[in-house]
Amino acid sequence: MIDILMDKFLTIGLEHFLILSGTLFFIGLFAVLAKKNVIAVLMGIEIMFTSVNINLVAFNKYTAAEALLTGHVFAIFVIALAAAEVAVGLALIISIYRQRTSTDVQDFDWLKW
Amino acid sequence: MTMAVMFYLIAFVTLGSAFMMVISKNIFHSALLMLISFIGVAAVYILLHADFLAAVQVLVYAGAITIFIVFGIMFTMKGDPRKTNPFSKNAIPAAVLILLFIVINAVTVIKTVWPFSNIAPPETTVKAIADLMLTKYVVGFEVTAVLLLAAMVGAIVIVKGVKKSS
Repeated sequence: MIDILMDKFLTIGLEHFLILSGTLFFIGLFAVLAKKNVIAVLMGIEIMFTSVNINLVAFNKYTAAEALLTGHVFAIFVIALAAAEVAVGLALIISIYRQRTSTDVQDFDWLKW
Repeated sequence: MTMAVMFYLIAFVTLGSAFMMVISKNIFHSALLMLISFIGVAAVYILLHADFLAAVQVLVYAGAITIFIVFGIMFTMKGDPRKTNPFSKNAIPAAVLILLFIVINAVTVIKTVWPFSNIAPPETTVKAIADLMLTKYVVGFEVTAVLLLAAMVGAIVIVKGVKKSS
């Protein structure tokens, strides 16, 4: 029993990468939920994007190698989307900062009543 | 064995710096720890034989996005930098929820039986990615190009505003 567990622990397979990327995703989600500064929230979103890419590449290598490198292509698309997202997000943050002189998410309450 | 040592070292650096990024009180330190986490993810790509993606990760995430975030921090920083990144009042419920999610994720991954395929990974990935991207996924490639242009124009318009023509 112990031998099997040690073997599972020491031979790196798909599960290790999935747990790594899942944990990284939830750390990013924690930053999104628990931080006050809106730039910290944006950083959490970036961490979530990267962890999803690890998932795509790991699945491509271990379970879908006959599909060539489709996972890699989709990871590149996700990276391009993340770059576009951070540009627009920072533009919004700077535009709001000019009116409210604050980066606290609690102050962004125009749509709340 | 060396693979296991490498993996656990890289996982420790990546997850540790991401966690320190969340709990750091200084947002500038958060940005630098996010950079370390991104470089750790690039090392994970190398472990997965994705050499081109590792290069793209370092260029786009560790290069461009971190610089963007640091610009944003410097444009909006005021007051004492040691108190720029506090937790909100949701922090404790969020921490409980996240711990629960991490455990559920780990248990689900371990319990599931995955359909493994036994084909050896290709030696170099650049040519295969280029072939796929410019044949099968060429529509997505072009749409991504248009999206990047739209994001660039949109970012400029949001920050500068539109000048009235009359």
